Amino acid sequence: MTDILTKGTRAPGFTLHVTPDQTLSLDELAGRRVILAFYPADWSPVCGDQMSLYNHVLPEFHRHGAELLGISVDGAWCHQAFARDRKLHFALLADFEPKGAVARSYGAYRTAEGVAERALFVIDEKGMIAWSYCSPIAVNPGADGILDALEALPSLEKKDGEAQGSRNAA
Amino acid sequence: MAKLRVPVTPRDHILGDDNAPVTVVEYGDYECPHCAAAQPIVADILLRLGDRLRFVYRHFPMVEVHPVAGPAAEAAEFAGSRGLFWQMHQSIFVNQPRLSVPLLIALAANLKLSPVDLRDALASGAFAEKVRGDFISGVRSGVNGTPSFFVNGIRHDSPYGVATLASAIDQAILAAAA
Repeated sequence: MTDILTKGTRAPGFTLHVTPDQTLSLDELAGRRVILAFYPADWSPVCGDQMSLYNHVLPEFHRHGAELLGISVDGAWCHQAFARDRKLHFALLADFEPKGAVARSYGAYRTAEGVAERALFVIDEKGMIAWSYCSPIAVNPGADGILDALEALPSLEKKDGEAQGSRNAA
Repeated sequence: MAKLRVPVTPRDHILGDDNAPVTVVEYGDYECPHCAAAQPIVADILLRLGDRLRFVYRHFPMVEVHPVAGPAAEAAEFAGSRGLFWQMHQSIFVNQPRLSVPLLIALAANLKLSPVDLRDALASGAFAEKVRGDFISGVRSGVNGTPSFFVNGIRHDSPYGVATLASAIDQAILAAAA
């Protein structure tokens, strides 16, 4: 296993294809919290699938003011088919050319297999890594670590407080 | 090691004795084939252990890939609000291959529950919040797929899955007695 970047490190920038004809840069999300979820490959089995799980937890991530980005070395067309099949409501980035370059910059690339690690990063609104975790490749890490990390960050904006207030009142 | 963060309360669906040495909490999805396959194994364990086991079922529907899993969980809650949770739970899993909303309504009718009331409950989402609450409690406890079992609060992590659940429970009973 490689050593992934840890808390307190500036998140390396990137520009990757998010669809076959559109790219997304980390810079575009400056001022917002970002969850980067590197994973080995699209099309892992349905019931234990990490990206499907996160798709269902998206409202919680958004409630904490965080955007979720999935990243693997699969190409944009592959991502598109996978996202459609699983009805994913968040962006999948193609770390495809040069292959795995972004994963490498986060210390999350497995040279022997040529895929990204199952590595999670929470990046704060200033572009600093606030939390990271590398899961054993065969183990879906779930979403509890991400939510704990987001909760540990200082409260972002009034909207969050209001949302929580109404939840508590309910 | 993932731990159950949300303790068992009277709001849960509970089988067995509250004083049992072992509590198993399952997070399941009515449309997940692995969950249906686990049901007979769980039933065997419950039969064998009797009052030494307390069993709790919570919903973890992956609704984007299993479109009927959400309504199915709400239908089970509807039945639960009328004292028939486990009966509905079992009939949903038995009928998993042909699950649909009309079938849920037929299953409710078989249990002498009002089809009209169930249809209203599904339309108004009367039990949606309870189901989502179960789902979020699972997420916070590290549930990463279904079925996930917690034996005395510790997630049962085994490459053999439910096949090794019985021995994990037996060990927990021994540990509780020690």
